[in-house]
Amino acid sequence: MTTTTNVGTRPVPATTTTRTAPPLDSSGRAAWGFLAPFGLFYVLFILGPLAYQFVSSFFATSLVRPGIGPVLGLGNYVEVLTSSVFWISVRNTLVFTVLTAVPLVLLGLILAILVNRVSRAQWLFRLAFFAPYVLPSATMALIWYFLYSPELGLIDSLLSALGVGPAAVLGNPLTVLPAIALSTIWWTLGFNFVLYLAGLQEIPRDLYEAASLDGASTWEQIRYITVPLLARTTTLVLVLQIINSLKVFDQIFIMTGGAGGPDNASIPVLMYVYNTSFTDYRVGAASAASMVFFLLILGVSAVWLTLTRRNQGQVNR
Amino acid sequence: MAVRPGTMSRRRLLELGGAALGVGAVGLTAGCGSSVAAGVVGAPPSPGTTTFWNLWGGSDGRRAESMYDAYRAANGGPASLEAITFAWGNPYYTKLSLATIGGRPPDIAVAHASRLPTLVRAGILEEITPADLAAANLTQDSFSPTAWKAVTVDDTVRAFPFDVGPLVLYYNTDICGKAGLLGPDGKLAPIQGVEAFEKAMAAGKQAGAKYGAVWPVGGDPASNWRWFQTLHAQKNSAPFLSDNGHSVTLDDDEVAKTLELMSKWTGPQGYAPGSVDYAGSLSVFGSGDAAFLVVGVWEITTMQEVGVPFGMTTFPQLFDKPGVWADSHVLALPAQPGRSAESRARTLGFARFMLDEGLTWAGGGSLPALRSVQESEGFRNLKPQADYAPSGDIAVYDPTAWFAGAGSNFQIAVGSQIALVQQGLATPRDAVASMRSQLTRYAETPDPL
Repeated sequence: MTTTTNVGTRPVPATTTTRTAPPLDSSGRAAWGFLAPFGLFYVLFILGPLAYQFVSSFFATSLVRPGIGPVLGLGNYVEVLTSSVFWISVRNTLVFTVLTAVPLVLLGLILAILVNRVSRAQWLFRLAFFAPYVLPSATMALIWYFLYSPELGLIDSLLSALGVGPAAVLGNPLTVLPAIALSTIWWTLGFNFVLYLAGLQEIPRDLYEAASLDGASTWEQIRYITVPLLARTTTLVLVLQIINSLKVFDQIFIMTGGAGGPDNASIPVLMYVYNTSFTDYRVGAASAASMVFFLLILGVSAVWLTLTRRNQGQVNR
Repeated sequence: MAVRPGTMSRRRLLELGGAALGVGAVGLTAGCGSSVAAGVVGAPPSPGTTTFWNLWGGSDGRRAESMYDAYRAANGGPASLEAITFAWGNPYYTKLSLATIGGRPPDIAVAHASRLPTLVRAGILEEITPADLAAANLTQDSFSPTAWKAVTVDDTVRAFPFDVGPLVLYYNTDICGKAGLLGPDGKLAPIQGVEAFEKAMAAGKQAGAKYGAVWPVGGDPASNWRWFQTLHAQKNSAPFLSDNGHSVTLDDDEVAKTLELMSKWTGPQGYAPGSVDYAGSLSVFGSGDAAFLVVGVWEITTMQEVGVPFGMTTFPQLFDKPGVWADSHVLALPAQPGRSAESRARTLGFARFMLDEGLTWAGGGSLPALRSVQESEGFRNLKPQADYAPSGDIAVYDPTAWFAGAGSNFQIAVGSQIALVQQGLATPRDAVASMRSQLTRYAETPDPL
């Protein structure tokens, strides 16, 4: 990321990165000392379980039986890879990611640009858009559960008034994911909005002044100054958003009563793993599912990383 | 709201934070008996407290509260009982299992009879020994045969039967009166056979109700299963699962026929709405928009509170034999290493107390498991409970498998398909095929027990 600050000051080949890490000498030991408390917990609660997960994915490990259980070899992986529910959960997770990440990035940007142009009572808009983000997931899920409830809820009443209800929005396989995505957008929009607003306030005013002197319209200013200069914020927002969406669990668990239904139409991967491991007691199979999902994400990230690296190279040149 | 620099100095902030921490610490140490403190320092809640986990929400929960209060009043005050309610179904059993495996189970917990075999095989529950029964002053003859059978796993007693909760037929007495469906005693005249049931629903609609009947469809697989199972168990057809869940034996044709019928009622014939969820079905019946409601006995309090004129009866026999879906709540002792004799005695005392309060519980709809309560004057005078008490004798429990029971994967897999058919989103044939493939998957999966 340091490369971008060097643009224009030094001719840097796009492929090399100018990382200026201090050499590791005796002061490194002090650093390790400072890291140790965190490192201990990291090993204990992240690396340790990860290793256990990897090992148990080859065994029929049961939650309610001592030890790691009988060897299954690749049996758990075969089960996961041939399980229709697992692939449905992968599909649901990806659909949910697209349904949330795209509007969240676009809406966050649009609202930030609009609010940034408001001169009075800007705090009110900032507060209004950010407020839902501080709600715990359970609160947000219950609010929307009531809104969606058929024959009773506000949204269902609206749909009925429009002549498309009564509709069990959360009980219909076609609408359950978009409905939960909509509630998630309302809930987390504020975070992206704030990041974009901060990004906007970093853009020097004189760029806009110069542009308007040159006769650029408002739209042209947004198109050629705001959006390109927010590219780094967009990357950050997009990455955080995709990670969050892939980790979705709480709101779906609560809004579907822990079932991920109807007919698995909203079950995300993490819920598949949770159900397999803790409800079905089948830790081994759940470990294998986690590993497969981990590899899928790793693959996607690798492709994405190479693509963005190449793009950044072009920007820097 | 931006925090302006200077409005609060760093020192002031630290002081405030320190004070908050201090208060928190005092709270923790002062409230030694609180579960928070117990959780933080890893100590058991104060001796003398019985911890009780349950999954009773709604009106069940409110009724249970009054029973807890009675127990506390009789046993040394608020600290004598800590009752905790969790979300119903899989989430509850997941918590109970994890807490027990983690060595920090409650003293006593509610479970469904349909879940008992799985919990027992997983080593989650202790046995109720003859000595325990004797200590609680109970014998096999203290309980109804249906309830006793439900708590016996592999010839050992694994819990105290608490109640029997069948699916029943609620009817709106005003609408049914107008429709001429009531007998001279003001109760629903007997209905037998599919045709008679359809006629009754049609009559209710003609009498001015928005719907002939209502039952939960969307978003609640368990309710769908109960309703389906009540109809299906009345047929002489094969069970869904056999051999402890290792083989799938459902009769595809018969299941499809039952589904076809149900979807006709919510679809073309329009006797019942095809999109309501659980709460919605209660609200439709509660606001007098339907002649009949098909849910479990436990919604009696809800209906009494909304003040709709209603009666309840055993679900009529529509097919070859009588039968209704039912499950039982049981009181079980989660495996607790090093449970002291004193704690065990106190816990058994609590179980006995709850059983003796059976009449209070029966007020919420369920049939008491304790014979002395069942045969008491009080229960016989309890209306409409006494009208559907025969349901207990024709109760059909869920199949046995590690993935079956109340709110289980079995109910979710099968119930979801039933819901889709009733919503007109799947054909009966496709639904049966999906049920079969999902159940086969579970049946073939290595049994984690």
